[in-house]
Amino acid sequence: MDASGLPNERSAAPYLFGLALALILTAVPFGLVYFGGLEPTTTLIVIAFFAVAQILVHLRFFLHIDFHSTPTENLVVMAFAIVLMCIMVGGSLWIMFDLDWRMMV
Amino acid sequence: MDFFGRLTLDSLPFYSAIAASGAGVTVLGGLSVVALVTYLGAWKTLFGEWLTSLDHKKIGIMYVVVALVMLIRGFIDAAMMRSQQAIAYNNDGYLPPDHFDQIFSSHGTIMIFFMAMPFLSGIINFVMPQQIGSRDVAFPFMNAVSLWLTAAGAGLVLISLVIGKFSTAGWTGYPPYSGPEYTPGVGVDYWLWAVLISGIGSTMSGINFLVTILKRRAPGMTMFRLPLFTWTVFVAAVLMIFAFPALTVACVMLALDRTLDFHFFTNAGGGNMMNYINLFWLWGHPEVYILILPAFGVFSEVVAVFSQKRLFGYISLVLATMAIGILSFTVWLHHFFTMGSSETVNSFFGIMTTIIAVPTGVKVFDWLLTMFRGRLIFKPPMLFTIGFLVTFVIGGLSGVLLAMPPVDYLMHNTTFLIAHFHNMIIPGVLFGYLAGYMFWFPKAFGFKLNEWWGAASFWCWIIGFYLAFMPLYVLGLMGMPRRMEHYDIASWQPHLIVAAIGAFIIFVGIICLGVQLYVSIRDRKSAMDVSGDPWNARSLEWLTASPPAPYNFAVLPKVQAIDAFWDMKARGVAYQKPAEYEPITLPKNTLIPLLVGGTAFVFGFAMVWWIWWLAIATLAFIGALIVLRSFDDDPDFTMPASTVQAIEDRRYEQLAKAPKNEMADDPGYAGDPSPDPLPEGAR
Amino acid sequence: MSMAGAADATLVRPGEAAETEEKAFGFWIYLMSDAIIFALLFMTYLVMFGNTAGGPEAKDVFSLERAAAETFLLLVSSTTFGMASIAAARADRERVVMWLVVTAALGLGFLFLEFDEFRGMIAEGAGPQRSGFLSAFFTLVGTHGLHVSIGLLWIFVMLGQIWMKGLTLPVLSRLYRLGLFWHFLDIIWVAIFSIVYLPGLL
Repeated sequence: MDASGLPNERSAAPYLFGLALALILTAVPFGLVYFGGLEPTTTLIVIAFFAVAQILVHLRFFLHIDFHSTPTENLVVMAFAIVLMCIMVGGSLWIMFDLDWRMMV
Repeated sequence: MDFFGRLTLDSLPFYSAIAASGAGVTVLGGLSVVALVTYLGAWKTLFGEWLTSLDHKKIGIMYVVVALVMLIRGFIDAAMMRSQQAIAYNNDGYLPPDHFDQIFSSHGTIMIFFMAMPFLSGIINFVMPQQIGSRDVAFPFMNAVSLWLTAAGAGLVLISLVIGKFSTAGWTGYPPYSGPEYTPGVGVDYWLWAVLISGIGSTMSGINFLVTILKRRAPGMTMFRLPLFTWTVFVAAVLMIFAFPALTVACVMLALDRTLDFHFFTNAGGGNMMNYINLFWLWGHPEVYILILPAFGVFSEVVAVFSQKRLFGYISLVLATMAIGILSFTVWLHHFFTMGSSETVNSFFGIMTTIIAVPTGVKVFDWLLTMFRGRLIFKPPMLFTIGFLVTFVIGGLSGVLLAMPPVDYLMHNTTFLIAHFHNMIIPGVLFGYLAGYMFWFPKAFGFKLNEWWGAASFWCWIIGFYLAFMPLYVLGLMGMPRRMEHYDIASWQPHLIVAAIGAFIIFVGIICLGVQLYVSIRDRKSAMDVSGDPWNARSLEWLTASPPAPYNFAVLPKVQAIDAFWDMKARGVAYQKPAEYEPITLPKNTLIPLLVGGTAFVFGFAMVWWIWWLAIATLAFIGALIVLRSFDDDPDFTMPASTVQAIEDRRYEQLAKAPKNEMADDPGYAGDPSPDPLPEGAR
Repeated sequence: MSMAGAADATLVRPGEAAETEEKAFGFWIYLMSDAIIFALLFMTYLVMFGNTAGGPEAKDVFSLERAAAETFLLLVSSTTFGMASIAAARADRERVVMWLVVTAALGLGFLFLEFDEFRGMIAEGAGPQRSGFLSAFFTLVGTHGLHVSIGLLWIFVMLGQIWMKGLTLPVLSRLYRLGLFWHFLDIIWVAIFSIVYLPGLL
């Protein structure tokens, strides 16, 4: 943050580097699906890993989120949101698939 | 394209006497407000100083006005249900089923969304910025927009009495009944849009309160010096931000099913109705904690002031509040134990539900220990607090019973459940905000509320509550389902008659509230709060004048301890006059939030009646208003130091003339040793 | 330009820097609540994936090439927005406008592809009214598209404000929040192609 309260960005490097990484992290899962070759379950796991990795790339290189320049409260809010998403989505999927198994709903 | 969508003359309520009288009362109510304002010549003041204001104190007061008006409307629903059930043994009563269904649906919707939520938003708005030593909330414009969106939602519920009908699907709106196949009319749509529009307001309020608490505290006001009320607001704000998205998703999906024939929750076409219930309660459980946590905060403030003793167990209260906040996201399935989940799922959520009772128990002990060896003053806010402590625990116990899935299978959707949640909400939420209303009224208006009528109201409310709801526990155990319009089991009727009597006594309690207000206004000169601190209280909002100056504090207080104001009084620095004053910048009044709310109301109406051109036009207009506001480079005005000085000088004159505070200790009083182990000014 | 950044420190009104930070923080919190909305839409999509009601399944209606093209457009648009942010930090008004226009064009391209996709699906009987699965798909991807459309409108508003007022601190503050919004939408898109398109075409 500078005197105006906004981040003072000067360098295009993070964006270009982030773009390059993101392109790779996109091309691999797309390629896996296009060309086939792995078991479906394995492919899904690879897709998941690459998605998480690419999201981290976006957070770091496009949104400039890191542990020294980002204010703590922003990180805490994000961490809390992530925890809640895990609880809400995880809990809901558990409930809904359990219902499907037991009640065919 | 139909100019009026599906709106026709048949939508007017002339098909039934009851509907017509409901509409008549609503229209008459609106007209009498217009007449009263005209009679008082108050239109200019109303628009110039209130409806266009961005002042958090005025916004807070307006929220509370909405809440109190809707309390009356929601109570009328309750009275109608109680009287119907008292007489409808082996006969149809006076309320046809369709009306009865609309009434229980609007009762719940109004009480939760348009009474409790505005009540807490209002008290928070008025009190919290002053408690943290701030001049306003972080986003005053958005604050006003939240208020007017809530009012728009309330307006939609009210107008459903006059044009069309309201939902018959309960306040929870479960599909497929609430879907297009089984309830194709406008009722559920009114419910949906009222809830969606006010829900956006609530989410924005949550963001506003959170940022205010994190960023606008006075110098020295660390998080662990915050008053408990502010802590509960902090956690409730987090819940508002993260729970309302689930409601938005559930309601938008239902709206898509109803309006565009989607298949989220339909019987055919691959709908999954349980997903609605899952999403609704993902919101619904945190919602009840949003309702109760600020009330717990009020009780914390009141119990300390009226025990004339520091609040016991500050840290445990804070940690308990945080624990309740987190846990509130882990229990939602207990609202639908009986809807087919396996024993593993049910057990997990049952255990989490039992766990969440623990931090509330911690709080109850902390409040009791605050009272222990205190010098109790039984003014109305304290009466409500003590009434809460006794009665809420009973409701909590019935909740722990319901938390066990096998037990819940017996009592779910019986009147036992109705009794349980009213046993939490009335002594918990409503008593809390009534106590808050009476506690902070002198701060808002400069004179105290009449205490005799306040006590009368309390006794009517608590006696009425027990009479109205304890029979419902018994009835639930006897097997009576909820929402019954008539019945044929003789042994139920005596209990329902007692319940109706209880409702009548509550009605008297509400009358007492009205009389209290009237008498207090009439006699205000004899109950003036000149010093700004009528209760010899402990937190910073009592440092300001009553009513406060627009800027709250001419000089931001420097905080050095918990109970910041008490500490300043003890050190003798509370009323120090500064050498000079600075100019103060405040937001200018603006019509835009009111226009946004009004347009949102018309948008909701258009969506309900399928008037698509109007829906698009109003949405575009709201967008245009927001963009217009963003082009405004000059939204604030600066009050010159001389004006500040004039206001403050008048305040110091008043302080010099202030009579002795009736709750102040006599000089030389050393007080009882506090059993609180925390050292003075800890953290 | 001064070392302190695009907004000359002496032009910042007292309290304005704090206000700017507060608005950025408040907007970040809003984005977190939006993330919850999307998370629940994803959850619904996963729950309803098999609810095809005898109608078209994912592999019948999704196109890998189109998804790849949409991904590429959005990803590059995030980068071009980044270029606009840098130009703003350098107080280079013309460059900001240029990069914003490029971003808008890429965003428009994305929306065009998506609109075309939806239109095609509806035309062949695979619209949201066909089944629960399709309702969930259209709502999830459509909500993202709606957000992108709002972002696009916001870009146009910013172009207007830059033209009328220049790169004042309030304008830069809004631009910063728009950037948060735009990058956030690209993150959601990563989730969309990873949860919807790729697994659907497996």
